[in-house]
Amino acid sequence: MWKEQKEFDCIVVGGGPAGSTFARVAAEGGLSVLLLEKDRDIGVPVRCGEAVSDAGLRIFHEPDPRWIASTINRIRLIAPNETVVEFDLQQKGYILDRRIFDYDLAEYASSAGAQIVTKAYVDDIIIENDRVVGVKGTHVGERFEKRAKIVVGADGVESRVGRWAGLKTTVKLKNMECGFQKTVTGIDVDEHMFEFYLSKKWAPGGYLWVFPKGKNKANIGVAISGYYAKDGKSAQKFLDEFLAWKYPKASVLTTVVGGIPIDKTVKQMVMDGLMLVGDAAHTVNPVTGGGIVPGMRSGLLAAETAVKALHNGGPARKNLAAYEKEWHKIGGKNHERFYRIKETIFRFTDDDLNRIADGISAVPTDDRSLLKLFSIAVRKKPSLLFDVIRVFAGL
Amino acid sequence: MIEIAENKCDFCGCCVGVCPVNCIEVKEAEISVDHDICIDCDICVYVCPIEVLSQTDPRKSSKAAA
Repeated sequence: MWKEQKEFDCIVVGGGPAGSTFARVAAEGGLSVLLLEKDRDIGVPVRCGEAVSDAGLRIFHEPDPRWIASTINRIRLIAPNETVVEFDLQQKGYILDRRIFDYDLAEYASSAGAQIVTKAYVDDIIIENDRVVGVKGTHVGERFEKRAKIVVGADGVESRVGRWAGLKTTVKLKNMECGFQKTVTGIDVDEHMFEFYLSKKWAPGGYLWVFPKGKNKANIGVAISGYYAKDGKSAQKFLDEFLAWKYPKASVLTTVVGGIPIDKTVKQMVMDGLMLVGDAAHTVNPVTGGGIVPGMRSGLLAAETAVKALHNGGPARKNLAAYEKEWHKIGGKNHERFYRIKETIFRFTDDDLNRIADGISAVPTDDRSLLKLFSIAVRKKPSLLFDVIRVFAGL
Repeated sequence: MIEIAENKCDFCGCCVGVCPVNCIEVKEAEISVDHDICIDCDICVYVCPIEVLSQTDPRKSSKAAA
């Protein structure tokens, strides 16, 4: 087993959706894969609002009913002046149960032949002649050192693997969303509705969400920009104020804390013997904050490249760079568009947000869509309209 | 100096992601700051969603006094 085995084709650091997807695809491609997860349990603690689109999920898997807490087909936006705007989503979404979902993704990787080890904390990488050749860490109190042709940093928002290797993965303060969420029950919500509260009052530089998990249960969370967090009021305070106002009788089942990097994808995603995937590579959608599908997509692309590279040529940067190229071809351009849109909407005042809500209210219900909404949002900045059309057409 | 209220920490790693000098380490249920490397920039204090980190020197921090 892994303890005796000194060398692997790939060692993946982190067992979230990006890491597990990489591990599965690499193992299916005939590579020996070791996945190291620092926590005792895959998928726990959840650090996520758990929303995902049906179309996005289907790129990888037929949605399993066990993963799905609720199916969403409508969206409700609440403006700072409490104007409410609703419309149907052209594509349905889900609120997942990440504990079950992440478990299954890891299980798929394991069935494909990857070895998964929990409670394995990686605290350094091994570099020889400017190439990454392995990792060091502790497993249940015992030190270990393992070598790999490719080390994969799937270590989430912390992204230390990349930094140890000298890649620039540090997230700028303004591009870190500080997240705090409570899964609450004893409330009354529309179980098929995404609800977003947009206001400096509720969530400066971010948004507050109510994602239902059934009729009486929801993930209610807030993400505020680090830029505004600087003013001294934490995400927790924002959420607690909201809950006291809106759902004073709610019982709290779980508390979730976490940072969401809404940055441009890191310029350099690979180097000799190293690849970065998921949050660690900043693949999160900068407008929505959604990271599950882009993370899995990066894991898939990286693994496909790794399989080709190791069967043909080796783990040199020039062979791994195809992953960077593919990422930019498939998702990266859109990612940059989303980033530009985010940079503008991030600065909206409450008056701007009220104006947008009024604008979309004036559109007949059947005609409302995310494309319309964002087109109205960027009216003051027409140069962004093209970006909006490219990323929201069809959504 | 950055102080950690360890019993409050959820170990989410948000602070690690923004630390410009990579001086914070978060394990499954442990957090530590390497004060020899730390430059007291306070970015970790700002981003912490649940106010685990604080700057003990009030001259350096706007948030410590809050």
